[in-house]
Amino acid sequence: MADNNRHIAFICSKGNLDMAYPALVMGWAALGNGIDVTLFFTFWGMDMINKARVDHLEIPPIGNASMKMNMMGVPGYIGIPQWMGGLPGMTPFATALMNDKMKKLGVPTVREYLQMLSDAGAKMYACKMSVDMFGLKQEDFIEGVQAIVTAGDFMDMTEGAQIIFI
Amino acid sequence: MSTKVIAGKSIQVNDEGFMLNPGEWTKEIAAEIAKEEGIPELTAGHWKVIDFCRQNAGDGKSPTLRTITNGTGLSTKELFTLFPKGPAKKVAHIAGLGKPEGCV
Repeated sequence: MADNNRHIAFICSKGNLDMAYPALVMGWAALGNGIDVTLFFTFWGMDMINKARVDHLEIPPIGNASMKMNMMGVPGYIGIPQWMGGLPGMTPFATALMNDKMKKLGVPTVREYLQMLSDAGAKMYACKMSVDMFGLKQEDFIEGVQAIVTAGDFMDMTEGAQIIFI
Repeated sequence: MSTKVIAGKSIQVNDEGFMLNPGEWTKEIAAEIAKEEGIPELTAGHWKVIDFCRQNAGDGKSPTLRTITNGTGLSTKELFTLFPKGPAKKVAHIAGLGKPEGCV
């Protein structure tokens, strides 16, 4: 690294709506505090930068033990039975609820957040192996994704950085 | 908490250098702190942000960056160009306000 500025790199490996936000929120806070930010998208995390997928990220109630009925206004912490989570429409329903809550809190969408991060100087890269596996190309990605890089390239460009895997 | 003398005025600041009493702030102090933060001269663009923050400071705390871009009409790029390397803290310091509360 040419300068000694603090640098945080996020590895985004998940494409579920709830797992898309941590890197975006922390990355934005880091940029606001003058910290360099690199985002590396791999496996399902590539949904976050895939033009066709970024506006359609979802949160499935199945297998999510923390998601309780209080999200729907039922008081207390009553669980959602797993079989119920599998009913058609449950995933879009949970997704709509989360998106609605985020909107009410003034939280930007994933696409907007990525634009903000890119405009604020964050560097974004897609993982070469995942790109090959999913049959994607650079033009499938949103603006701001600078290149498709290998794991080795990522190691080179994050020398001295703090790395957070999500 | 400590006392600091800037532009001939003594002001109260916390451990992170944020002013504790926004009433002690003057434009001269802003220009002086800006220099310390690596901004040699405050332009009209800087003042647009500073004035917005002063007017929209809740409880003496600076607004969040997204509140600033939404409120001033400046883009994220412009905000980060005006106050490079950490606008959240820089703007708060220069505007004589506390660290912004809120994540966006």
